[in-house]
Amino acid sequence: MNIHEYQAKEILTKYGVATPKGGIAYSPENAKDMATELGGDMWVVKAQIHSGARGKAGGIIVCKSHQEVSDAANTLLGKTLVTNQTGPDGLTVSRIYVEEASDIKKEYYLGLVFDRSTESIMVVASSEGGMSIEEIAKEKPESIIRAKVEAAVGMQSFQAREIAFALGLEAKAISRCAKAIMGCYEAFSRSDATMVEINPLILTGDDHILALDCKMSFDDNALYRIPDIAELRDKTQEDSKETYAHDRGLNYIALDGDIGNIINGAGLAMASMDMIQLAGGQPANFLDVGGGATPEKFVKAFKLISGDPKVKVILINIFAGINRCDWVAQGIVDALDQITIEQPLVIRLAGTNVDEGMKILKDSKIDYIEASTLEEAANKAVEALKDLEKK
Amino acid sequence: MAILITKESKIIVQGFTGKIGTFHAEEMMEYGTNVVGGVTPGKGGQEHLGRPVFNTVKEAVKETGADASILFVPPAFAADSAMEAADAGIKTLVAITDGIPAHDMIKVKRYMRRYKSDDRMTMVGPNCAGVISPGKCMLGIMPGHIYKEGNVGVIGRSGTLGYEAAQQMKNLGIGISTSVGIGGDPINGSSFKDHLAKFEQDDETKVILMIGEIGGPQEAEAAEYAKENVSKPVIAYIAGLTAPKGKRMGHAGAIVSSKGESAADKVEILQAAGITIAKNPSVIGDTVESVLKSL
Repeated sequence: MNIHEYQAKEILTKYGVATPKGGIAYSPENAKDMATELGGDMWVVKAQIHSGARGKAGGIIVCKSHQEVSDAANTLLGKTLVTNQTGPDGLTVSRIYVEEASDIKKEYYLGLVFDRSTESIMVVASSEGGMSIEEIAKEKPESIIRAKVEAAVGMQSFQAREIAFALGLEAKAISRCAKAIMGCYEAFSRSDATMVEINPLILTGDDHILALDCKMSFDDNALYRIPDIAELRDKTQEDSKETYAHDRGLNYIALDGDIGNIINGAGLAMASMDMIQLAGGQPANFLDVGGGATPEKFVKAFKLISGDPKVKVILINIFAGINRCDWVAQGIVDALDQITIEQPLVIRLAGTNVDEGMKILKDSKIDYIEASTLEEAANKAVEALKDLEKK
Repeated sequence: MAILITKESKIIVQGFTGKIGTFHAEEMMEYGTNVVGGVTPGKGGQEHLGRPVFNTVKEAVKETGADASILFVPPAFAADSAMEAADAGIKTLVAITDGIPAHDMIKVKRYMRRYKSDDRMTMVGPNCAGVISPGKCMLGIMPGHIYKEGNVGVIGRSGTLGYEAAQQMKNLGIGISTSVGIGGDPINGSSFKDHLAKFEQDDETKVILMIGEIGGPQEAEAAEYAKENVSKPVIAYIAGLTAPKGKRMGHAGAIVSSKGESAADKVEILQAAGITIAKNPSVIGDTVESVLKSL
């Protein structure tokens, strides 16, 4: 789960990481009031969407008067921003963050992630802030500093100091930087984060260290024990169909093609998508219905897939393990009693009690195309699509 | 011989008396797995499915001599139960539980390192279908009947895709020595590499099949390891060639976040290490067959 920049900054503040003063606004008037409250003569108005690279997309505006703050808010609120992280549809701005402008002497990069190779928390830093970590890795790989956190004892102060020195900071800023790093680590480890990224972390004209931007992601598996953070979920920043599916216990991702899929198991779903592409088609989605293929689950899945205007053909591929094909077939038949689908339906069942399952389908009145292997299923789905196009 | 589990393995079930634990314990016993008891804290002294229930894993090990365990404990308590198994001297632990927080798995991995490598538990999973040595022992939730006994060692992340491969092989008359489901989470108890090493040492295993997917460095690490240390032929299939970048494809670990993690990158790395690639999921069986014939 992702959260907004301003929410991440509130969490960091709790752990002693300094950030510029700022506040959230939902209207131009709000924004103006916030600028007045903050004081000073320069402000930054920042679109709050779940994406980085907002600056390049016009989502960050520097303002020199209250009127400019109000105008910037007016421009951004309700606007859809497309960045290199949002996908082509972009994300809509429903709130903005008004922040005092900072006097930037130098920009740094600081990130905390799970390193899957060493299976530990890894701190990554660079003196080349402002660029994305991918760009830094490509253009200035020698500037990247890495420190592995030993899980048994957690991050130690000496590691934070080492990073601060390696960044080339002057003596005055070392302990401030080390404090920021330790604060980020505490925030990461105590809130089940999967990522904390401060880009840039800045050195100000008076040698203070501030987190100018912050992105945080959290482990969906741990939301049950971080209720304060789980509450911050902003559904307007998620794909509406993905949210619908997620709330109904389905694992769904929207894709660009026209063959809708209903599959059990994530690996088999990915493999089926690959087969569809190999057969000359394009999957419209990834959908893992999981183990228990009850009629209720199929109704939900059919609703989700058949209601998608992109979907021209639906492919069901279920490999029944503990789950049995006859139960699955009955689930499909019962679901189609409750919901009508317009698209041609290709069904492939395999595994436990497959013959009984196929018989239930044959004896029912549902209209479907039978397939016995993964390859055949993909080919038949693509054929069905071609037949539609001919009509 | 098979790896991890054999006919002689003495199995306990953690989360024995719960609905899921009960169902799968029955399935395993029906397969012929030697289930010697189970653990449910607070229910020690009772009998369940004709086997004794213990309060702690230590007690179960002491009374039954158990050396392997399967975990059906809910996510919030699963890490704790895994560490309990490691401390009690269990040698092979299969964690079926889906949804264990990643921070907890880091702790479990660190905890297991307390023990000398000879005494250290091998954890398989979490979020997996388990381990099966066909005809000998099933420590998992897979449909046992689709696995034929034989000499292909299988390591895979996904449950149902593993079933697909097992069935393709069975249809061609090809059997499996042991099939290990390492699970779809970002941090696994054990990796492709760990099991490659075990299969290399196993007399019964002639070739090794890896079924990977997008995300994480494990397939690339396995390729590097296989190149230097594995003399047996290795075959691989990687799922997710069509997966978009940055999206989590069902498995928590299946997200392409950096170089070397996409399916295409992995295929290239594996090929460079001399591993035979099954080009698509419908030819996994055929590819294994052609490699076996060339031996």
